[in-house]
Amino acid sequence: MTSLVIAEHDNASIKGATLNTVTAAAAIGADVHVLVAGHNAGAAAAAAAQIAGVSKVIHADGASLEAGLAENVAAQVLAIAGNYTHILFPATANGKNLAPRVAAKLDVGQISDITKVDSPDTFERPIYAGNAIATVQSADAVKVITVRTTGFDAAAATGGAAAVETAGAAADSGKSSFVGREVTKSDRPELTAAKIIVSGGRALGSSEKFNEVMTPLADKLGAAIGASRAAVDAGYAANDLQVGQTGKIVAPQLYVACGISGAIQHLAGMKDSKVIVAINKDPEAPIFSVADFGLEADLFTAVPELVAAL
Amino acid sequence: MKVLVAVKRVVDYNVKVRVKSDNSGVDIANVKMSMNPFDEIAVEEAVRLKEKGVVTEVIAVSCGVAQCQETLRTAMAIGADRGILVETAEELQPLAVAKLLKALVDKEQPGLVILGKQAIDDDCNQTGQMLAALADMPQATFASKVELTADKASVTREVDGGLETLSISLPAVITTDLRLNEPRYVTLPNIMKAKKKQLDTFKPEDLGVDVAPRIKTLKVVEPAKRSAGIKVPDVATLVDKLKNVAKVI
Repeated sequence: MTSLVIAEHDNASIKGATLNTVTAAAAIGADVHVLVAGHNAGAAAAAAAQIAGVSKVIHADGASLEAGLAENVAAQVLAIAGNYTHILFPATANGKNLAPRVAAKLDVGQISDITKVDSPDTFERPIYAGNAIATVQSADAVKVITVRTTGFDAAAATGGAAAVETAGAAADSGKSSFVGREVTKSDRPELTAAKIIVSGGRALGSSEKFNEVMTPLADKLGAAIGASRAAVDAGYAANDLQVGQTGKIVAPQLYVACGISGAIQHLAGMKDSKVIVAINKDPEAPIFSVADFGLEADLFTAVPELVAAL
Repeated sequence: MKVLVAVKRVVDYNVKVRVKSDNSGVDIANVKMSMNPFDEIAVEEAVRLKEKGVVTEVIAVSCGVAQCQETLRTAMAIGADRGILVETAEELQPLAVAKLLKALVDKEQPGLVILGKQAIDDDCNQTGQMLAALADMPQATFASKVELTADKASVTREVDGGLETLSISLPAVITTDLRLNEPRYVTLPNIMKAKKKQLDTFKPEDLGVDVAPRIKTLKVVEPAKRSAGIKVPDVATLVDKLKNVAKVI
């Protein structure tokens, strides 16, 4: 029994989600190998070898792997899949894109978004926007899994000393090509890795107000900014800031929800936060039912007041 | 060019489901069912592509119980030209649905298959990618913008940290994200028209697909409840609680 973790990386470094996935793999109880598939990704492979609990790193390097195209990376995973009983991906946009492709080619079911490992073939995962937790058992020979990163602590990024083995890169499928990327530039912590998140809802009323009210609070707390679906749909905040069932799943130490009513789809994305603060002028807002500290107030006066008081 | 769109019948997104007392699953008896919201976006996109003239026929497919016909009628009321129901009372997991869709892709030879990125019941986010793998097609998941030519699609995808654009050759699979479009309201005349559209029914056996589940659900429980905390009267109290009680700032 050996587990393979597919690393999330940007060729230069390993992304945090990889560390949580290594912890999930370790909980299965087998040896943990990590695949770094990229281009000029030596630094990322070296970083993966440092992760505590990893016994081997497989580094596949080639131009076909640079942009993380699903067709090519899945082929890379499949090239070595025969050596493994468990193949784990972080449940990030990349991992979700890749894992089912691998599972289907192996003719196995996939277990999505696990939050707990009960045994090597039994896992827990939330369904219905987290309103129920299913315990599922896979009868397939290989378990293809995506790991909800908030369900597992991060493995230590240093302390390991795994051997790095190189593998030939998969050929380009010729069916897809990378055109470009618009990365939101921000000095703030990444949403899914932030210790504190301040999140705004439709009550902010406009993109200008969203920035004007939320940015100083985020700056003061060193927080990442999130948003409800309503705020994103209305164009107040960027798409990748959406917290919820079908957006980002977050579990920071502190989540401050400003002008968010708390639809079940939003709660699904943040209710595992350690401390939740809700600022909302509607006393009936469902967000208050999950908030540790609720402040019934108009956010346009309360948030600036909070910024001043911090 | 034909487009195949997959639609799933799910518990309506406004319904808060309850776990059954014997922990065998969630109680969906007498609960409002609707088309999975992401699939509605998929149908809308296909119909818009037809309205632009790049697509000639939109075929909606649903796999599941007989009542999925209603979901297909909704798809046809949005503008799909005909529907295909793969009818079975068996529990269908994403791999089985992908295999059924693959069989229909072989039959219909569409230039494009559009699916929702995830169903809001099992939250799996697998079927589109699995279909792409089985049919050896390229994939563009989580699409927020689609531009189609005769043999290629340019797709902007919502990824962590921003947007990414891919060019994929057709035939291909696209899965939809929330911001791809806003589905139209179906009008009564279109609902009436949809009732007359062609709807074919197959069984999984007709398509030669084994739909036996691979993953067994052992139990379903309620998540740990988060109890409501306290209301604070003012900002000063809030800051005090955060600093001295919760100690998070």
